[in-house]
Amino acid sequence: MKRVLSGNEAIARGAWEAGVHVAAAYPGTPSTEILEELSRFPHVYCEWSTNEKVAVDVAVGAAYAGRRAIACMKHVGLNVAADSFFYASFTGAEAGLVVVSADDPAMHSSQNEQDNRRFAQFTRVPCLEPSDSQECKDFTIAAFDLSEKFDTPVLLRTTTRTNHSSTPVELGERNDVAPKREKFPRDPAKYVMIPANARKRHPVVEQRLRDIAAWAEKAPVNRIEWRNRNVGVVTAGIAYQYAREVLPTASVLKLGMVNPVPEQLIRTFAAGVKRLIVLEELDPVLEEHIRLLGISCEGKSIFPLCGEFDPTVVRRAASGAGLPVDRPPVPAAALGLPELPARPPVLCAGCPHRGVFQLLSKKKVPVTGDIGCYTLGLLPPLSAIHTCGCMGAGIGVAHGAAKAGIGERMVAVIGDSTFYHTGLPALANVAYNNSNILTIILDNRITAMTGHQQNPGTGLTLQHESAEVIELEPLVRALGIHHVVTVDAYDVDGLETAYRELMAHNEPAVLVARRECALLPEIRKRWVPLEVVEEKCTGCAICFRIGCPAILKSDEIDAKSGKPLALIDGDLCTGCEVCAQLCPHDAILTRDQVREAQEHQPASCSTPTSEGN
Amino acid sequence: MSDQKSFSFVLVGVGGQGTLLASNILAEVGLAAGYDVKKSEVHGMAQRGGSVASHVRWDAEKVFSPLVGLGEADILLSFEKMEALRFSEFLRRGGTAVVNDQAIVPVTVSSGSAVYPGDEHLQRVFGALDATVVMVPGEKLALEAGTVKAANVVLLGAVSRLLPLPEATWWECLAQRVPKKFLDLNRVAFASGRAAVQLK
Repeated sequence: MKRVLSGNEAIARGAWEAGVHVAAAYPGTPSTEILEELSRFPHVYCEWSTNEKVAVDVAVGAAYAGRRAIACMKHVGLNVAADSFFYASFTGAEAGLVVVSADDPAMHSSQNEQDNRRFAQFTRVPCLEPSDSQECKDFTIAAFDLSEKFDTPVLLRTTTRTNHSSTPVELGERNDVAPKREKFPRDPAKYVMIPANARKRHPVVEQRLRDIAAWAEKAPVNRIEWRNRNVGVVTAGIAYQYAREVLPTASVLKLGMVNPVPEQLIRTFAAGVKRLIVLEELDPVLEEHIRLLGISCEGKSIFPLCGEFDPTVVRRAASGAGLPVDRPPVPAAALGLPELPARPPVLCAGCPHRGVFQLLSKKKVPVTGDIGCYTLGLLPPLSAIHTCGCMGAGIGVAHGAAKAGIGERMVAVIGDSTFYHTGLPALANVAYNNSNILTIILDNRITAMTGHQQNPGTGLTLQHESAEVIELEPLVRALGIHHVVTVDAYDVDGLETAYRELMAHNEPAVLVARRECALLPEIRKRWVPLEVVEEKCTGCAICFRIGCPAILKSDEIDAKSGKPLALIDGDLCTGCEVCAQLCPHDAILTRDQVREAQEHQPASCSTPTSEGN
Repeated sequence: MSDQKSFSFVLVGVGGQGTLLASNILAEVGLAAGYDVKKSEVHGMAQRGGSVASHVRWDAEKVFSPLVGLGEADILLSFEKMEALRFSEFLRRGGTAVVNDQAIVPVTVSSGSAVYPGDEHLQRVFGALDATVVMVPGEKLALEAGTVKAANVVLLGAVSRLLPLPEATWWECLAQRVPKKFLDLNRVAFASGRAAVQLK
């Protein structure tokens, strides 16, 4: 049976069919849906780990215990997990161990671009790279077999375009692989990486890589497609699809395994074509390797190093290099497009972070940010975030600036899930080394940006079992931080009072701004759109300055000021009341006032609430 | 388009408008009709009210790239008027732009730093491509069917009129994707979108 599956759904399907027992991940675009999908299958334990390093350790533990295991993450997640990924390469395991790295060329939802095929080279781990959903499934299964055949972790490297494209996939049945062990192995020479043991493992790892390279020469994942021999393209992953689309007559060496590469196969292919081209997104990984073989080829001299490929990019570059393209590139159309207003992503209407950023914007303090929806606090009109590096970075950066003696009080903002991920050790450092930064934990009770995943604060696991809630306040106090205040994130005055109180101390302080994400299904049921009282609104524009997409400019103009009045979009407004609290003219009705007004109106005029949306 | 072997679609709109569901159904319809299909979309940060686009391709033989190149889309399906302009370069010369007659004003406009383009640009820009513009009152028809949330199904109905497939194929795929209790509502929405397109 064929079904249209996304690459992520196909990886999950492949892991299940391969008999995986344990799966661990931290959510991160473009990898998140792998575990969400896998968690719906029977006979697999799946968890959101607190971070990617923990996820790899969990998978390693399961594989040591003789059960097939997988850990999934976005590309930068493998940076977090790098320590574990290296030792796992040295130890190998007792059963199949697969790590998925979903790279994000063009940074659709990431802070930096990186090519994690480099990690495969760095750790001496074999790396498979699928080019569509069928291969996502097939290569996942192949990765488990390869892992067991050579006693190595296997890196399955995808890119956003394969993760989030959907193509037909032939479904199979689960192969119920029996656990390889009854008991946990006691094999210190292999699993205890003290220097004496690790020294003996390193040559084993290097030999393993040579063995895999020999195997790769005949591996079905690598194949030559002979067509016209004037041009031969070495390619892998999604770039294969663009090669076939744009250069349909060219011969192709498609590498399903991008580390180690099959040197003989490359030599054979290179000898069979007149002009050798390497088509790969991001780094010239294959190109460098081919050059090291003493074979001349063209790659990054033709195709871009930065960003994502698409048919237009590849066709333009290939055409410019005189390659036999399918059709001439479309000239930039002279359509006379007007300058279009940007539509950047924004903090949603009712976002509980808005009140905090309104406050920080007003206070004009330097704010170190972190990774999550709240990074959008950087955008005008709030413009309240001044750094954002990677998960968990903000607290340490604020501490460093404070210790450097900067003449301003530093504020760090971090979400609940990011705090559990890597914020916790950074805050322990603040407490231990005693800086006067204010850390604001934006606790919206969910991992919001990636699409509402559970975390240690939500009381539920990935597979919807109840869990201990790790309460933030006692946790923070246990670190030795004495100034801890919790405020409803919708309470504008409460936030300011707490901020003043905490900033009065010259010591570490934590403000927990708590309110559920307004998009959670159970919260949506409680939305009450607010209304503007035109007679009271003066067009002062204070409510426009909180960047709420539900607050629009009305066509009505205030007679005195000559400025447009405010208008609330009843479809978007959730009734958070942040604007109502800020309005100096009480021109925005609160939820209670809206309800009261509706009761006094005839039913036909009442605004429908979002009940049932 | 009745003798065409392949079709490329670009679906655009604003995060939260239901473009993903529409592109899922479009891919499944293609598969059910015997085409090889690929679909591609973007998740994550852009979904927070930003511009979103998904690509769907059908080919009687084989689809390679999941992405449509500039100037290659047979149909640009826009859930929002300005987004039709933003992604107009994807439409091929002589293609069709199916545009939901709805404006969603971005914060850059409501905060006064930019101006929402007038409707005259739609005719001019797509005119330069010799393209046909089909305006669909998606919100209005969806409301008449029962809920504004069915606008994406109205638009699919409109697109279905432009393609050489039996209506039943569309309906079977749609019925698998929408909750049972909303089947009748979506049937009305789909039919009204289909009826809104006058073929030349």
